[in-house]
Amino acid sequence: MNQPLSSDTDRRTQTQRLAGLFRRFMPRDGVLVDAEDLRPYECDGLSAYRRVPMMVLLPETVEQVQQALEVCSAERVPVVARGAGTGLSGGALPREDAVLLSLARFNRIVHIDPMNRVARVQPGVRNLAISEAAAPYGLYYAPDPSSQIACSIGGNVAENAGGVHCLKYGLTVHNLLEIKVITIEGEALTIGGQGLDAPGYDLLAVLTGSEGMLAVIVEVTVKLLPKPERAQVILAAFDRIEQAGNAVAAVIGAGIIPAGLEMMDNPAIRAAEDFVHAGYPTGAAAILLCELDGTDEEVSELIAQVRQLLVDHGASAVRAAKDDAERQRLWAGRKAAFPAVGRISPDYYCMDGTIPRAQLAHVLKRIGEMSAEYRLPVANVFHAGDGNLHPLILYDANVPGELERTEEFGGRILELCVEVGGTITGEHGVGVEKINQMCVQFREPELVQFHALKAAFDPRGLLNPGKAIPTLARCAEFGAMHVHGGKLPFPDIERF
Amino acid sequence: MEAAVQPGADEGQALQEALSRAVEEKIPLEIIGGGSKRFYGRRARGEPFHVAGHRGVVDYEPTELVVTARAGTPLQELEALLEAHGQMLAFEPPHFGETATLGGAIACGLSGPRRPYAGAARDFVLGVEYLNGKAERLHCGGRVMKNVAGYDVSRLMVGALGTLGVLLRVSLKVVPRPARELTLVLQTVPQDAIDQMNRWAGRPLPLSAACYADDQLYVRLSGTERGVRAARRSIGGDELPSGDRFWRDLREQRLAFFAGDAPLWRVSVPPAAPPASLSGAWLLDWGGAQRWLRGEQPVAAVREAAAAVGGHATLFRGGDRRGDVFHPLAPGLLALHRRLKRAFDPRGLLNPDRLCAPAPPAGGARD
Ligand SMILES: Cc1cc2nc3c(=O)[nH]c(=O)nc-3n(C[C@H](O)[C@H](O)[C@H](O)COP(=O)(O)OP(=O)(O)OC[C@H]3O[C@@H](n4cnc5c(N)ncnc54)[C@H](O)[C@@H]3O)c2cc1C
Repeated sequence: MNQPLSSDTDRRTQTQRLAGLFRRFMPRDGVLVDAEDLRPYECDGLSAYRRVPMMVLLPETVEQVQQALEVCSAERVPVVARGAGTGLSGGALPREDAVLLSLARFNRIVHIDPMNRVARVQPGVRNLAISEAAAPYGLYYAPDPSSQIACSIGGNVAENAGGVHCLKYGLTVHNLLEIKVITIEGEALTIGGQGLDAPGYDLLAVLTGSEGMLAVIVEVTVKLLPKPERAQVILAAFDRIEQAGNAVAAVIGAGIIPAGLEMMDNPAIRAAEDFVHAGYPTGAAAILLCELDGTDEEVSELIAQVRQLLVDHGASAVRAAKDDAERQRLWAGRKAAFPAVGRISPDYYCMDGTIPRAQLAHVLKRIGEMSAEYRLPVANVFHAGDGNLHPLILYDANVPGELERTEEFGGRILELCVEVGGTITGEHGVGVEKINQMCVQFREPELVQFHALKAAFDPRGLLNPGKAIPTLARCAEFGAMHVHGGKLPFPDIERF
Repeated sequence: MEAAVQPGADEGQALQEALSRAVEEKIPLEIIGGGSKRFYGRRARGEPFHVAGHRGVVDYEPTELVVTARAGTPLQELEALLEAHGQMLAFEPPHFGETATLGGAIACGLSGPRRPYAGAARDFVLGVEYLNGKAERLHCGGRVMKNVAGYDVSRLMVGALGTLGVLLRVSLKVVPRPARELTLVLQTVPQDAIDQMNRWAGRPLPLSAACYADDQLYVRLSGTERGVRAARRSIGGDELPSGDRFWRDLREQRLAFFAGDAPLWRVSVPPAAPPASLSGAWLLDWGGAQRWLRGEQPVAAVREAAAAVGGHATLFRGGDRRGDVFHPLAPGLLALHRRLKRAFDPRGLLNPDRLCAPAPPAGGARD
């Protein structure tokens, strides 16, 4: 399929021929080629980018995945893996010349082992379903992306997803033991192990966050943790954003690692409050949500300590949730922040840079300036504890030129994150969306090294081509464009 | 917060130049930091390549919970600096000697007693700067907590035993020291110890280490004063006054169990796996997930016992250091390891043979 096809007819013939090959072993309804069947797959959570795939495969067994990849490999057809399609960077964006391989039917929890505290699940299982299945044993799966009712564990592994509790409990990569993958050649590999480590290179780390570029994940063994005896959240309101930033540093500086430590700015507070009535103070410039968990005694001790720290650092109001219902309500506002913003603006564009926390006030100020410059409002939601920013740029795709302005603005936010010592993506991945900014974060030999790593897994470059790691040619083009527009502020910055 | 830095020496450029020359002349190198873990892994081939001179903490901001140091920085020095700011390396890396360096600890990827409850060395690595086998100076990751830009080469370097690159700088997440720590001791038998450690781990207790040695079950609790006190009541047992020393001696393999020359096996298994029927002396650490075995058991028997429960076995000390020190990889995985080695070190010059046996003559790169 890498040769150019002379016409639509040739393309259709080729598609039919391939579909015939797949139908030999795929479930009857597992090969989709008709336009109306393909449409639901044309985008992931980043809906500004859409493409119709050549065809969609819906395998039900590992053997079918293996055979499908063998065919793709032999026929040189690119493959884009897809979990639940909630990704925010276009990682699962299809290609017209590629098969979209959906893992949605792999939705079984294979085994829960309460003594070893692990769950073995298929990749299409929803994140939240794991914790639900583990709940009878007093256990849960810690990483909790806000999309957890919908996103798949396979997609979580492929993106190294985080959540509001990863400050204390880590990202996906910290909560995995073993994955089973199929290479582009159709070979099955077991990566990691049932113990706490495995011999050889740490391929589990390499596969985690690899955005479907190295192999297709067909089984995942995750760690389960005991449910804390008690969890309590404190809400603090601030009149100035810098005060909230300083309060975060003070809590961490006092040797406390909260289970979650989140910040929202005024536009985000108002949008969330209108949507879920969480009880947020709509007049505050910023709020912090600080959750403490552990044994009953620990939490009592920590709540008192944190309350004092927040007051000392200028909180105008501090309130600890009185019961679990109130705690759930306070978190509901935060977890619904994206859709809440979706209600107040025709479209929004979610960024995902991470910065050293000390740079928070500076970065928010610069974002504010750029917001005025581009005439596009921004609401900020922030995993404050670990420096992961989610500025949401509000725009209207129906206004000509607004999407382009938004993308440029977003790109500059990411470059700002790199400039202050951070990174262009904390948890949403590069996908197609941040591919240009990869050229800002990494130098040429570093990208060459990434391509060499990729080739060790997928020598012909058939898995998810065009995502995650830019070609050098693309960076050259992007660099030229930027220098031409005079917008790349520090081309030679240190990137460590 | 002010960034704290330590004086040191930046030999990055000199190392790069030296490696460049070796690459041109195709000279295989044995990378040596403090030499404290030279016993570990397969015997490396090559000219000594000393990296301990490249040392010093370059950036440390306690409220960011991140430290960046050159790879030759002595582990002792780094830990002392963190302690002065009430922080620590949560993975409690074994030193195995006063000369231990940060780079060596990360390259070996070993972790101490806190590992099952706090995480392993690889869990705390945020970014690295390294020289690949083409003597290119590269960065990966960074010094922020969350970063998914590019493949996670930083963590790939952890435990790679220097076969993929010469580490120059490492950024690590650090954590606050707990306000209170306490060690309890209980008498029990192996199967009960395994059950007990895993039942505790399934409950929300502030555990930070659990080990079974010499018919005694040792448990460490870490947290707030009241949290630890309450957990103590629910666990029972007697307080061990010199708890800190016990865990340090365990980590450094200075307990009586580790004395003598008999081969030492590290058997990594699911923590609740039943005791293996292999004869020999056993010590169970990591709540049952890391089991040490002393004795001259046949290699195949140890490997089979570990694999039977989904684990693996490493000949940690002693025995034949030119043989299969690490658990043999499945053929597909081994082939992938060789391709990765080639991707980072095309001429096969960095610590050749230290991790995997050399490929058969026709097979290209050696590792
Ligand atoms: C409202 C909302 C809130 C969100 N909040 C968070 C958050 O708090 N934290 C966070 O980290 N993310 C968040 N996300 C982003 C998204 O949910 C995560 O990235 C999630 O991990 C994607 O999972 P998915 O199953 O939808 O994957 P998809 O979107 O289907 O795919 C994502 C990537 O993974 C690859 N992939 C998927 N499955 C496999 C597989 N089995 N094998 C190999 N590759 C595969 C795809 O090729 C693609 O590159 C949010 C998204 C939305 C819409």
